[in-house]
Amino acid sequence: MTADAPARSGQPAKSGGPAGTATERLQRLLALVPYVVSRNVVGMAETAAAFGVTERDLVDDLNLLWCVELRSPDPYCPIDLSYEGGEIVVSEAEAIGRPLRLGVDEACALLIALRMLAELPSIGDGTALSRTIAKLESAAGSAAGPSAQVAVQMDDAAGRSAAAQSAAAQVADALNRGKRLHISYYVPGRDEATERDVDPMRLLVVEGRSYLEGWCRRAEDVRLFRLDRVLAIEVLDVAKEVPASAKEVDVDRGLFRPSPQDVQVVFELAAAGRWVAEYYPCEEVTELGDGRLRIRLRTPDTQWVRRLALRLGEDGRLVSPPDLAEQVIADATEALGHYA
Amino acid sequence: MSRRKTERLLSLVVCLLSARRYLTAAQIREAVPGYPASFDAFKRMFERDKDELRELGIPLETGTNGPGDEEAGYRISQQAYELPEITLEPDEVAVLGLAARVWRRAELAGAAEGALLKLRAAGIDAEDLTQPGIEPRVHTPEAAFGPLWEAVRDQRPVSFGYRAAGRSTAQRRCLEPWGVVNRRGRWYVAGLDTDRRAERVFRLSRIEGQVTFTGPAGTVVVPPGTDVRAAVRDWDAETPVPRTCLLRIRSGAGYGLRRHAVSVAPDQEPGWDVAELTFTDSGWWSEHLASFGADVVVLEPTDLRDAVIGRLKGVLA
Repeated sequence: MTADAPARSGQPAKSGGPAGTATERLQRLLALVPYVVSRNVVGMAETAAAFGVTERDLVDDLNLLWCVELRSPDPYCPIDLSYEGGEIVVSEAEAIGRPLRLGVDEACALLIALRMLAELPSIGDGTALSRTIAKLESAAGSAAGPSAQVAVQMDDAAGRSAAAQSAAAQVADALNRGKRLHISYYVPGRDEATERDVDPMRLLVVEGRSYLEGWCRRAEDVRLFRLDRVLAIEVLDVAKEVPASAKEVDVDRGLFRPSPQDVQVVFELAAAGRWVAEYYPCEEVTELGDGRLRIRLRTPDTQWVRRLALRLGEDGRLVSPPDLAEQVIADATEALGHYA
Repeated sequence: MSRRKTERLLSLVVCLLSARRYLTAAQIREAVPGYPASFDAFKRMFERDKDELRELGIPLETGTNGPGDEEAGYRISQQAYELPEITLEPDEVAVLGLAARVWRRAELAGAAEGALLKLRAAGIDAEDLTQPGIEPRVHTPEAAFGPLWEAVRDQRPVSFGYRAAGRSTAQRRCLEPWGVVNRRGRWYVAGLDTDRRAERVFRLSRIEGQVTFTGPAGTVVVPPGTDVRAAVRDWDAETPVPRTCLLRIRSGAGYGLRRHAVSVAPDQEPGWDVAELTFTDSGWWSEHLASFGADVVVLEPTDLRDAVIGRLKGVLA
């Protein structure tokens, strides 16, 4: 007996209705039967929601399953089910009563994410993660293999920033107990340390960095604080009060989105300054030839732009806003005066 | 059309899963409704169907039922097909839900959703049971992530255009990829650069144009004991030779420097302090000091002082 080369990927199941491709729908049907079997009886609405389809699509799926007929040796219907009164029951599931194994992409997506979470100091006691990883590895079998070759490292866990780790633990503690935080926070753009009380909303972990999202009582608005810039943190014995109007940042659309009121900034970068385009979210990046770039971005605060222009030296030139560009020239001239 | 195809594929799966023996193509054609009457047309359609099932990760096996059996047949082993039993405690379900959200809007989002669907089908209720207040995300804005993940997964060599830091043009690089690592929010690929015969690390955001596969699957061998995380970390690390510098910092300014100072004392001239700090990468450090403008003056060492002066003159150039 020779098994063919194992399939390398289990393509993701898209939650499209019957309009999805035939194979997408096949994936859904192969999951639908065991979903019902493992629950004995399950409601239509609940099932439709779990699969991200309408109840009409679900009925169509159930009818299709019920209609399956094999002809050899004698014609028979391998799957028997009913959905009367809004309740689904599968009485005969033949060979498809268990879900298909996890594909490589599927197993690896979860395992890579779980191992990344294991680097966070703030998720429970950590044993839930290691237990889940072990169970998933065992259920996935060889499909779990390539996940060892992909890793997401958390900056905070790189050993560099023990302070950030303890800050994350304090934030998690305040979140769990619903308490207010007092933080001393460094704002590099303005090169200053600030003291503030913050009512924590969430701990965000994005782009390898941890942030406290909270209602800043000083700004009276929602603010994000990078944990590696928290100089000191204390959980206060005061219940947090987040106003109902406080809006969570939409993590999936990027943490820092420009607003129309922001100042437009234009830099021209030499090849050695191209990293700026990778580092800051730009609205527009134009190649100028010879590796040079023109970038345009928006920002509510231009202090850091001034510092960036000084840092870049000949690797980049601030073009706009012109008054800020003049200020940078004045800064550099004054600084050079100290070396005269 | 699509419904009939779904029906046919589903019947095929059930038929092959139920079969105790390998079924020949002719037997399959008998048992599964929906194939065309002409044998050639059937063969073509059946070949496509087999490919599609394998694409979905369905373990379709070929073999014969005994030594006297001339024609190879097909079946799906129930054991190879089924997800093994898995049960999760409520706290394990919670972290699983959190893990599936990590990829949301990123390259493997669909795969994570697909996995969750199968686990739900196995009886696990992984609805939005998440740890209160924690929201972890990974992004994959680099177009190269998808093909490089496939290359790592399938052990295939690749080639791509790469613009190294500070270079004005991209160069063609050939790589046997060993792994993909996200460090400080950026993706890197580590592997054997086959032109240079040496281990190399590349940043995905500096890859230009398409990543192309240059060999078949299964041809890249990752050397035993390879630690791709360590490879990326070492590549990224600064030379760890700490040096000391002496700075004048204007009173009330340079907070970001004072934080890390070994010592700070008032200068003879009022309005200024003198601080001692350590640094490792003099290039980065001189840029950092220049960013403080007229609030910071480098006293020692001379090479650092000259580097900062050079930066500031560059602003005026």
